[in-house]
Amino acid sequence: MAPAPAPALSVRGLAKQYGAVEALKGVDLEVNKGELVGLLGPNGAGKSTLVKIACGLVRPTTGQAAINGEPPFSAKARRSLGYLAELFRFPGWYSAVELLALHQRLARSDGGATERQALLRLVGLEDAAERAIETMSKGMQQRLGLAQALIGSPDLLLLDEPTSALDPAGRRTVRQLLEELRQRGVAVLLNSHLLSEVELVCDRVAIISGGRLVAQGAPRDLTRARGVEIETDTGRHVHAEATREDVPRLVADLVHKGESVYEVRLLRTTLEESYLEVVEETDE
Amino acid sequence: MSQALTIARYAVQEAIRRRVFTVVLALTAVFVALYGLAVWQVFRRLDDVRPPAGIEPRPFAGATIFGLSMFATMFLGVVLGVFLTMGVVRGDAERGLLQPLLVRPLSRSQLLLGRLLAAAAVCTVYVACVYTALMLVTGLIGDWWPDRIALPGIELAVGVSFIAAVSLLGSVFLSATANGIAVFMVFGSGLVAGLLGSIGQALGSGTLKTAAHAVSWALPFEALYQDGLHAITENTAFAGFILRLGPFGGANAAGPWLGPWVAAYAIVVAALALTGFARRDL
Repeated sequence: MAPAPAPALSVRGLAKQYGAVEALKGVDLEVNKGELVGLLGPNGAGKSTLVKIACGLVRPTTGQAAINGEPPFSAKARRSLGYLAELFRFPGWYSAVELLALHQRLARSDGGATERQALLRLVGLEDAAERAIETMSKGMQQRLGLAQALIGSPDLLLLDEPTSALDPAGRRTVRQLLEELRQRGVAVLLNSHLLSEVELVCDRVAIISGGRLVAQGAPRDLTRARGVEIETDTGRHVHAEATREDVPRLVADLVHKGESVYEVRLLRTTLEESYLEVVEETDE
Repeated sequence: MSQALTIARYAVQEAIRRRVFTVVLALTAVFVALYGLAVWQVFRRLDDVRPPAGIEPRPFAGATIFGLSMFATMFLGVVLGVFLTMGVVRGDAERGLLQPLLVRPLSRSQLLLGRLLAAAAVCTVYVACVYTALMLVTGLIGDWWPDRIALPGIELAVGVSFIAAVSLLGSVFLSATANGIAVFMVFGSGLVAGLLGSIGQALGSGTLKTAAHAVSWALPFEALYQDGLHAITENTAFAGFILRLGPFGGANAAGPWLGPWVAAYAIVVAALALTGFARRDL
């Protein structure tokens, strides 16, 4: 029997200490091929440190990370990796195509002009191909950063706040891009503070707080039921303790009372509410 | 090696696009023009020149003014080399420029090698061009040529490239501004030590001469400069005169060990830079 393929990203017992500060305190996490995982956590939780260790920019104090089973510092791992940093800057004197050409050479991609044009089109910058980066808005630079991360068709994308400078239309473009990448089998670790965005696109969410992984699972698994809301001609009625099984009885009671029922909704906590509960519990 | 060459090309492109070359070439053109004016004035009034006994006015004037120009050439080369390298690691990392490059299949040693190649190539070409231009100006206007044509220029270029390597090492540990200041202070220390050596020679102080000699080898760009100065009057028998050449350090033949010493020193600088960079979190 063939051995199971290594996860796109695997971290085991990852800890990182910066002087007296413990940024990570033993984190285990896996991102499988074709999986889109959201990494959530408050500022200073250790998310960016985890991502930087995963791409070999920071050395862990203990524990290990692997990309497709290879150490992050290895050329083999880096050939299958795309990365967009939270705080990045590209040389302002380069044009968009020149920047992509540089990264193609470094990534040993043989995609040439076809790949450059396709990536610029993908992020909506086809008309700015020859424009100097220093004349681009922050949002355009972030989209260029995404195109740069996709050079060489990586198996794993590590995106650290990739939409922080984008307008709503730009965010939607990125969401569509992420969904397309998932269909292509690309694994993505998405570090973002935009919980609604994470909830919309991610298969799984990992929450880090205080350097520890405090919760993980599918967005729906992290949220919980919080009752039933029924809209009638007399207004909205919320039954906080009710479940799906109670709906027929509740509707029958209302109809029996002569009310007209227009809408019934099962209520769940949002990912944001669940996230805040988990983080606050951890802080306590 | 191809990855290092890609980085070297990127660094040279950066220097060109950011108009570092334009500024440096414009300032250099002004300097060469002023130097030409000075040479013309000096050799036009050669009868007024009073060299020490036993020395002809023309070689005295030519060697003195060309020796001064060698200092200026080295200084301008050092400015260029330091500006090309002072922010390569920590400076670029703090600005977020380095991280996108280093997640590629590009090792940290390849990045440093590429940056060093670019700085050394740019500085070498620059120093060679300025040195040649100044020598031609001196020779064509004043009819005086150095005894060794190529060696002083080569030693200046090696000295400047060495300082660029030290600046690259400093960039691993210091922010760009702090590193620039530190490297210029190291450069100044070497020059001041050379000046002390000249004073020691004039006063007959063995202690000052020994200290200056030790510092010139501890900071070998100074030993290269002094050896280059010596080479311009190598075949001229007036050792007492040539020791006064140059504003910061007189001419001193370094002997056959200078080359191996500089090579060994450069290897240590490279090893320190690689070790420091490998341990740095970005």
